[in-house]
Amino acid sequence: MSEQYTYAVARIRALEVALFSNATIDQLIACSDYDQCLQFLAEKGWGDSDTPAQAEAILNREEEKIWEVVKDLHVDMDKFAVLSYPKLFHNLKAAIKEVCVGDTNRHIFYDDVSVPGAAMLEIVREKEFGKLPPDMQHAAEEAYEAMLHTRDGQLCDVIIDRAALDAVYRAGKAAKDAIIRDYAESTVAVADIKIAVRSQKTAKSLEFMTRAMAECDSVNAAQLAKAALNGMDSIREYLMGTAYAEGAEALAQSPSAFERWCDNRIIQTISPQKYKAFTIGPVIAYVIARQNEIKTVRIILSGKLNDLPDDSIRERVREMYV
Amino acid sequence: MSIWSNLGLVYALLGAAVAVFLAGAGSAIGVGIAGQAAAGVVTEDPSKFAKVLIMQLLPGTQGIYGLLVGFITLSKVGLLGGGAAELDPQTGLLILAACMPIGIVGLISGKYQGMTSAASIGIVAKKPDQFGKAMLFPAMVETYAILALLISILAVNAVQI
Repeated sequence: MSEQYTYAVARIRALEVALFSNATIDQLIACSDYDQCLQFLAEKGWGDSDTPAQAEAILNREEEKIWEVVKDLHVDMDKFAVLSYPKLFHNLKAAIKEVCVGDTNRHIFYDDVSVPGAAMLEIVREKEFGKLPPDMQHAAEEAYEAMLHTRDGQLCDVIIDRAALDAVYRAGKAAKDAIIRDYAESTVAVADIKIAVRSQKTAKSLEFMTRAMAECDSVNAAQLAKAALNGMDSIREYLMGTAYAEGAEALAQSPSAFERWCDNRIIQTISPQKYKAFTIGPVIAYVIARQNEIKTVRIILSGKLNDLPDDSIRERVREMYV
Repeated sequence: MSIWSNLGLVYALLGAAVAVFLAGAGSAIGVGIAGQAAAGVVTEDPSKFAKVLIMQLLPGTQGIYGLLVGFITLSKVGLLGGGAAELDPQTGLLILAACMPIGIVGLISGKYQGMTSAASIGIVAKKPDQFGKAMLFPAMVETYAILALLISILAVNAVQI
């Protein structure tokens, strides 16, 4: 326990008041249409006065606000590396595909990471993979070669996604803070379960699953892959014997219930941080909670835009942190 | 006047210094910790300034208790009245021992009261209507500083000069 995060945690506690609760999400779902939802969000302070009244603009601005707050807290940004890996590896994936295929689309990159889109494109174009963070170098080279020679986008995705999971897990193992370790463990385990479920549905081979799944303590990737080969019931049976038994129940309900559980499991992992006062935990939990909130709002907005019934949207919304 | 011939007075003064220094340090640490938390809340919500300021001040009492014992000690040995008493080393050591409780307990309780105040400031940040309950948690730590104060005052007064 250290007092170095006292200021940051107290500030985060004050900010948590503005987080959406489950009741607020219900109010958003109850809005009659897409435009009313945007108006509701504007009333809650989402976006800025000069942000266009479009969902993506508002959601992007909210994502930016998260990192503006975190930078303002003057805490060690290395603690957040585990959260930025998905975006960082996404940039790598996008850059390799852009260089190999030749299409240009600047809007597919994230710029709020250690290697932004333009720099990533330059590295991949020049094949200077040594300039990338050590966790990415080997995967970048392998994915680039695979994409160049086979033009198989899925293979490229699998290589990079696996490297991203390994990087998250290694960062978790190396972390001194319990929340980072727990988050990394849950993230990798849930990702493995997702891979198993999707692979089962699309009849992927054992070799594919072994290549895609990352090792972690709470799930045995080899057993999970074998269970996936035997069918959905085997996956459920395997999960019942792990810490992810609720996932098996969600899987039995519906695909959207399972996807919902995957995100809820992460929120459950960070929930104890609501009661900590002197660790980095509440700050990391706040970032994850805000990202979860933005994701939930995006789901609701796209549901409204496509005239989905409220019950159908409600089935997909995630549990809130507060 | 050599120190060695007035060793009793030196010990008594050391006792007063221990009470003021340790208890004051405890308060400074505690108020500092709670102040960081208070600043964090006020950055986002300046309307909570008054509530969090009260929380921040709670660990400040240990310093006052130390000061009180210091005054009583100085008064006891006659340094405040102008004529210092002739103390043998044994009496001086008794006064030093009498000042220890508020010094040590003040240091420890000040720090932990500050940490409890910081945690309670988190309650006020999220639920300002629970201010009364939130204040009780750091106030509980105060109990032990008061007990130490009581023993130090009784002990200093009980030493025969």
